[in-house]
Amino acid sequence: MSELSELYQQVILDHNKKPRNYHKLESANRVAEGHNPLCGDQLTVYMQLEDEVVKDLSFEGSGCAISKAAASMMTQSVKGKTRVEAETLFKEFHSMVKGELDEEAQPNNLGRLKIFSGVRDYPARVKCASLSWHTMHAALQGEEAASTET
Amino acid sequence: MIAPEKILESINTEIVNIPSPFESGWDVRRIREDFPVLRQTVNGKPLVYLDNAASAQSPQMVIDRGIKYLQEEHSSVHRGVHYLSQRATNAFEGARERVRRFINAREARECIFVRGCTEGINLVMHGYGRKFVGEGDEILVSAMEHHANIVPWQMLCEEKKAKLRVIPINDQGELLLDEVEALITERTKLVAVMHISNALGTINPVKEIVRLAHKQGVPVLVDGAQGTPHLAVDVQDIDCDFYIISGHKMFAPTGSGIVYGKAELLERMNPFHGGGAMIRSVSFEKTTYAGLPDKFEAGTPAIAAQIGLGAAIDYLNSIDRVQAHKYEQELLAYATERLAAIEGVRIIGTAHEKASVLSFVVDEVHPHDIGTILDQEGIAIRAGHHCAQPLMQRFGVPATARASFAFYNTKEEADKLADAIEKVIEVFS
Ligand SMILES: Cc1ncc(COP(=O)(O)O)c(C=O)c1O
Repeated sequence: MSELSELYQQVILDHNKKPRNYHKLESANRVAEGHNPLCGDQLTVYMQLEDEVVKDLSFEGSGCAISKAAASMMTQSVKGKTRVEAETLFKEFHSMVKGELDEEAQPNNLGRLKIFSGVRDYPARVKCASLSWHTMHAALQGEEAASTET
Repeated sequence: MIAPEKILESINTEIVNIPSPFESGWDVRRIREDFPVLRQTVNGKPLVYLDNAASAQSPQMVIDRGIKYLQEEHSSVHRGVHYLSQRATNAFEGARERVRRFINAREARECIFVRGCTEGINLVMHGYGRKFVGEGDEILVSAMEHHANIVPWQMLCEEKKAKLRVIPINDQGELLLDEVEALITERTKLVAVMHISNALGTINPVKEIVRLAHKQGVPVLVDGAQGTPHLAVDVQDIDCDFYIISGHKMFAPTGSGIVYGKAELLERMNPFHGGGAMIRSVSFEKTTYAGLPDKFEAGTPAIAAQIGLGAAIDYLNSIDRVQAHKYEQELLAYATERLAAIEGVRIIGTAHEKASVLSFVVDEVHPHDIGTILDQEGIAIRAGHHCAQPLMQRFGVPATARASFAFYNTKEEADKLADAIEKVIEVFS
C-alpha cells in the first residue's frame, strides 16, 4: 500500500481548493451530466466542440478532492485537443487509474496527469478520479448523461 | 523465531488490554475477546471498526454456530423425512423461537424469515401494500428514512396512484411529532418509520407514533434495522403492526432477518414470493397457500444465516444489555465531545435521544477524503449519503462521514478517530 501523500499530492490538493475552469460555459454546444450513484457525486461538463476540436471546456459540481482535482486537470488537458486526441487521453487515464497501464513503461500522452496514478491503490476511489473523464467522453459522444458504471 | 500465533497473541493483548474508562463499568476488554475480527491490523495499525451501523461484527459464538451447522446439521428444512433434515429444521425453528422471545412476539409464526430489512419492507409492500392500498390513498414515511423505507413505497404509490407523504424533521434531526397527527388522514393506509436513524442516530418515539396512528386505525411499520443492535425491543409494548430486522446489523451473518407482523394482518395479506414451501396445494387450476409463517417463506431459506441470527440472540442474551447500552451512550457522549471540540467539524444529528451513531462533516473536506485518510490509520468509517439522500438534502450536505459505535468499541478508539480527523484537517489546510 502506498503512502497517503502519494494520493493527496500537493498538486491535487491545490486543484481541489482552486479548481480551474470551474464555471458554466455560455458557448458550450455539448453539455453532459456525470453521476456517481455510489456516493451521489455529481458534475456537469460543458464543452464547445468545433470542427472536431475541443475549443473550450469547463465543469461544475460537487465531489471529493480526487474527483474535483481530476475534473480540473481534465479540463486543462483536454482543452484544445481534437476529438481523437481527447478520446485517447480518456482511455489512457482510465487504464492508468485502473492499474492496467504502466504509465512509466508504456508510451502515453498523460504527462502531468500521471500524478493520479496513486489512485489505483485505492479501488474505492477509481470512480472518483474517472467521473469527469467519463462525462467528458459522454459530451464528445453527444450524450447527456454519464455514469461511472459504464 | 517467534511463532506467528505468538506475535498475533501479543498484538491482541496489546489491543484489547484497555481498561474501561467509564462509569458503566462495562468490561470492554472482555467483550472484545469475543470478536475475533477486531484482532487484526489494517495498514499496519490496529483495526478501529466504526462502521457498525452498516454492518456489525460477529462474535465467536455466532461463527461457531455456523461451523457446527455446516459440519453436522446441514440439510434442507421442512421437507425431508430423514435425520439431518429434522436436525436442520429443529435448528432453524429454534432460531425463530429465539427471535420471538427476543422481540417478545406473541407467537413464533409472527416472525417471518427474510434476507434482511430491505427484503422485509418489500414483503410488506407486496403483501400488504398491493392488496390494501388504492388510488388516492396515502403512505406516510419520515424525512429521515433509509431508501429501503422510501423506494418500495414510491413504487407502490406509482403503481396504485397513491401518495407518499413525509413527516418533517427539525434541525436536530428529530421528527416533528406535532405534525404526525395532522398528516394521518382517512386516506392513510400505513405509517412507515424507522426506529433509529442510521444516518443521524436519532431514536424515534415509535411507541407514540403507533399510538397516534392507531387512534385513526392506521397500521404502523417500524424499520428496526438500527433498533435491535442498540435497544431492547418489545413489539407488544410498541404495539407496532410490523417490525423489520436485519440480522447483520445485530452481529449475525448477512442474509438473515425478520419481518415481525401481527398474525391477523399477516393472515389477510397476499403472499410475497411464489414457489415451493409457501403452498398448501398446487394444481394448474388453483393454488392454495400455506399458513404462517410458510406463506411468506417460498423456496429454500438461508438456513445457516438464520441459525446464526439465533446464535447472535443467544450472545446478546448472555451479556448485560442494559450495561452495554449505558456504555454505548458514554462512548457517544465522549466521541461527540471530542469531535465537537475540533474546529471545522460540524455534527449532523443532535437529537436529544440518540444511539451511538455520529455523523459529521468537516469544512472544505469531502467525506470521501476523510474516509480514505482515516482508512490509512486503520479506522473504518462510512462516508456517503447513507442511503438517505432526501435526508442529506434536508441538511444541505451531499454526504457525511459517519462513525457508528458498538459496545465493543473503546474510548481509545474514539480518541484515535478524533486525532485522525485533526490530521485530515491538517492535510487539507
Ligand atoms: C435504517 C435502515 N433501514 C434499512 C436498511 C437496509 O438493510 P439491509 O441492507 O440489511 O437490507 C438499513 C441498512 O443499511 C438501515 O440502516
